[in-house]
Amino acid sequence: MAYFLIFISAIFVNNIVLSQFLGICPFLGVSKKIDTALGMGAAVTFVLTVATIVTYLLQILLVKWHIEFLQTIVFILVIAALVQMIEIILKKISPSLYQALGVFLPLITTNCCILGVAIIVADPEQLMAKLPGDALSANLLTGTLFAFATAIGFALALVIFAGIREQLALAKIPKAMQGTPIALLTAGLLAMAFMGFSGVV
Amino acid sequence: MSNALKTFTNGLLKENPTFVLVLGMCPTLATTTSAINGMSMGLATMFVLVCSNVVISMLKNLIPDKVRIPAFIVVIASFVTLVQLAMQAYVPAIYDVLGLFIPLIVVNCIVLGRAEAFAAKNTVGLSALDGLGMGLGFTLALTLLGAVRELLGSGAIFGFQVYDAGYASLIFVLAPGAFIALAYLLAIVNKIQKKDK
Repeated sequence: MAYFLIFISAIFVNNIVLSQFLGICPFLGVSKKIDTALGMGAAVTFVLTVATIVTYLLQILLVKWHIEFLQTIVFILVIAALVQMIEIILKKISPSLYQALGVFLPLITTNCCILGVAIIVADPEQLMAKLPGDALSANLLTGTLFAFATAIGFALALVIFAGIREQLALAKIPKAMQGTPIALLTAGLLAMAFMGFSGVV
Repeated sequence: MSNALKTFTNGLLKENPTFVLVLGMCPTLATTTSAINGMSMGLATMFVLVCSNVVISMLKNLIPDKVRIPAFIVVIASFVTLVQLAMQAYVPAIYDVLGLFIPLIVVNCIVLGRAEAFAAKNTVGLSALDGLGMGLGFTLALTLLGAVRELLGSGAIFGFQVYDAGYASLIFVLAPGAFIALAYLLAIVNKIQKKDK
């Protein structure tokens, strides 16, 4: 039950895009069509989960060697390398999956939700603050579940937003509000809707 | 001289990273709960931007073309770590508020974007001016957004109470208010630009 609450908390209550403001760039950039939004969501879910596990293990080494101050440099390089590796492996193993996710993979390196979640999970104190209730402790399992749930929340927000924007494209909008302003306003209303979940967990 | 001035004002007004290019949205939305927070985030980003622009334009002939993006990222990440440690030591209160978003300057599109688009092609002096202009433009935008949200959300500006906080609408300090305030600011900028043409 406690593990299930991680999902509810990360997807609805503390949605990464709409209440933590991570990953706004792809949220605004690749949300014009539901298809691309699904592809981006899947790619982020995949990379975020793998990257979190790898960086969590690396953090143990950094702490052991007393070089925690290198965290930012090490994490971003590992994430960049990991994305490249996933791209190569996918191309070899599953060309169909590569076809679906390929275009989005290079964009993910600079998606701040990957580095953000990696940094949160690597620090037990920050991870504990994100986990619902006191029953759970910060370890690799809860960290990975949190990362996976966060990515699902990202994908959900992206797909909902893409759905709204497909309809929005047909609406008549004042000239000054066209493009980014109306997208941000829509995101604001969506964030307000998600605020209704606060207090659930 | 006019070239240098043009480079400097380019980032400040004509290609303002937030209002015109719409880059670096995550820190823009997340850290502008008050004017002072927005300004600190802007200044931290500006420092990284100027330093990384200078170093990258110095190294531009030494870095092979194929590995330039990873090389740029390492340079940027080093300066971000520097800022992170300095802020932790000297302004711990602000560091606690900005928290996660200080290390996330690494993945701010503005910094890497300017390194790739400007510093990799221009002289050290011009790159420094470009970083300064872009950084100031970003700081200005963040401070403005922070001031608007603080005024509407808690009735204060830079911590000075302007009207009774009881009349303020808390929503502007929370997440949805960030999106809505930025949306209207962008719309106003659009309107002004249309008039110029």
